[in-house]
Amino acid sequence: MKVSGLELEVERRGRGQPLLVLYGEEALELEAPVLTELAKDYELIIPSPPGFGTSERPDWIESPDDIAYIYLDLIESLGLREVPAIGFSFGGWLALEMATKDDSFCSKLVLADPYGVKIGGPADRDIQDPWNVHPQKAAELKWFDPEKGKRDFGAMQERELTVVARNNESFARFCWDPCLHNPKLKRRLHRVRVPTLFVWGEHDGIVTPDYGKAFSRMIPQAKFAIVKQAGHYPHLEQPNEFLTLVQGFLV
Amino acid sequence: MDVWHFTEMPYPHLPPIETLNSMRVTLPSRHYDPKVGADLYNRYLDEYMIADDLGFHHMVNEHHQTATCLDVAAPLSAAILARQTRKGRICILGNPVANRGDPLRIAEEMAMIDCISRGRLDVGFVRGVPYEIFAANTNPTQTVERLWEGIDLAVKAWTSHDEPFNFEGRFTRRRLVNLWPRPYQSPHPPVWITGSSDFDSIKKAAGSGYVFATFLQPHEKVRALFDAYRSAYLDQGLPGGGGTAFMPLVFTGETEEAAEAGARELIWYMTAKTEPQFRNPPGYVPVELNVKALRGAFSGRTDAMRAMGLEFQREQGVVMYGTPDQVAKQVRRFYDRVGGFDHLLVMQQAGFLDHARTVRSMTLFAKEVLPQIRNLARTRPNNAKGAAE
Repeated sequence: MKVSGLELEVERRGRGQPLLVLYGEEALELEAPVLTELAKDYELIIPSPPGFGTSERPDWIESPDDIAYIYLDLIESLGLREVPAIGFSFGGWLALEMATKDDSFCSKLVLADPYGVKIGGPADRDIQDPWNVHPQKAAELKWFDPEKGKRDFGAMQERELTVVARNNESFARFCWDPCLHNPKLKRRLHRVRVPTLFVWGEHDGIVTPDYGKAFSRMIPQAKFAIVKQAGHYPHLEQPNEFLTLVQGFLV
Repeated sequence: MDVWHFTEMPYPHLPPIETLNSMRVTLPSRHYDPKVGADLYNRYLDEYMIADDLGFHHMVNEHHQTATCLDVAAPLSAAILARQTRKGRICILGNPVANRGDPLRIAEEMAMIDCISRGRLDVGFVRGVPYEIFAANTNPTQTVERLWEGIDLAVKAWTSHDEPFNFEGRFTRRRLVNLWPRPYQSPHPPVWITGSSDFDSIKKAAGSGYVFATFLQPHEKVRALFDAYRSAYLDQGLPGGGGTAFMPLVFTGETEEAAEAGARELIWYMTAKTEPQFRNPPGYVPVELNVKALRGAFSGRTDAMRAMGLEFQREQGVVMYGTPDQVAKQVRRFYDRVGGFDHLLVMQQAGFLDHARTVRSMTLFAKEVLPQIRNLARTRPNNAKGAAE
């Protein structure tokens, strides 16, 4: 659909109260059991950010901050207000960029291992850099069980591979520098007044649970929960435990 | 045909390669001995002085955070050559304007070197190879845009002489641009750009009268690039192309055996080890190529060539070696295969190739190859009329 002058891919799936789903940089959630389960109770509204999926990426869009304005326009044109929202990794960061601008679109926020803020000093690496390390090492940082992160690109169709390649490119476009954070975001987080739950993989090597706890304390009354035997994608490695936490929070 | 001597100024004295993860980006500088480095810098500069006496022009480049290239500031080495050499032209190929930013500082430095050398400077601009993204922390998805905004601003600064101008671009913003000094050459030094597949940039180079250069590519690929360049300036009519340039690795020996031994040392350059994440950062190449990469059919542009071996590289024109007559023949064959070209950039030193053998190869080339290729016709039309014919 056309939003703010650009073509956005927006998928709607399931029946029930609307639930906004902001997926992560690898879009691994889209076929995962976690969304299938949620679609039993909610109508999932799943937009693809500019440059992801088949969404257009005009040249002027350069940051999660830019995307947040487009997403707020999208929510407005869909006539949604005060719907629960869930964001995975990069999607969680987008949810916070939106909520700091105008949190009236959502009733509750669930964030799974988001990036978005820098906490330490210039020489501290709060967020492990997935582009600067060997791909094997990156997999070890992301997954409790790196086997789960393997994807068979050889078996994919051209169209699917094009989406993967576009997603990779767009993720770099928006998050390369400053690396995976917006220096202004932490000065704005007090504006997020809706109930918020951070869910964190105990073994996340990209952004550690300590980072997650410190991040969650920047939002008034935010809750923080750990999922054991999971890395950066707790909803994929431990979907049942993840769903229990989320459903308990959203009820 | 003009011939330009080149070395990337390597630091090859490293621990065994199998003990290192990468020679680029992350190699700790504890492996660099400043005393050895001092000798190497001075030796490589001496070789440029010898090249000047032998009748070569000079090409220098820069890279960062890598043992493959100690020249981290091409304007510095070019400035030394501007003062110390007397005859050859000096080509910086090039200024990594996309990664360095600040095109006006580059324009100033180029104008100063052009004046010191009394107009012997050619100014190349490059987008930068993939590894350079990491040292500069440039967004890999917009290097082409940064490159062209930088070139256009530098050229405007060189050619504006009456009053300051305003520039509020996407990557550079200055409100009183007023370059001092202005370049010695008028309207400005020849501009070069490099490329390996970006046809839009090739067209733009041709339409602007800039030289287009490509390095270490097989002849069929070079033909396609040069054809695109030639047809672009014919289509656009004005102002006529600046010409084309190609760089192979070159070793000239008294015997074929000696030349092959030299060539095997030169290809150290192509075997430089780099971790995969540095070879193809996201967005550096188009989505179509990254689709191939996901299928395992693409791992960076130099990878394929690297794997094929010396005989193949010689057949393709990527490495030219042999006795002087053999080298001249290979140059002429390449010239015919690619539809002619104007500048031969000879990488005559790489890896462990020592001073004595480098100079011997350079001397043989200058004395016995150069006379055989010097008169190969230039392919560029000099003006719109020439282009139309």
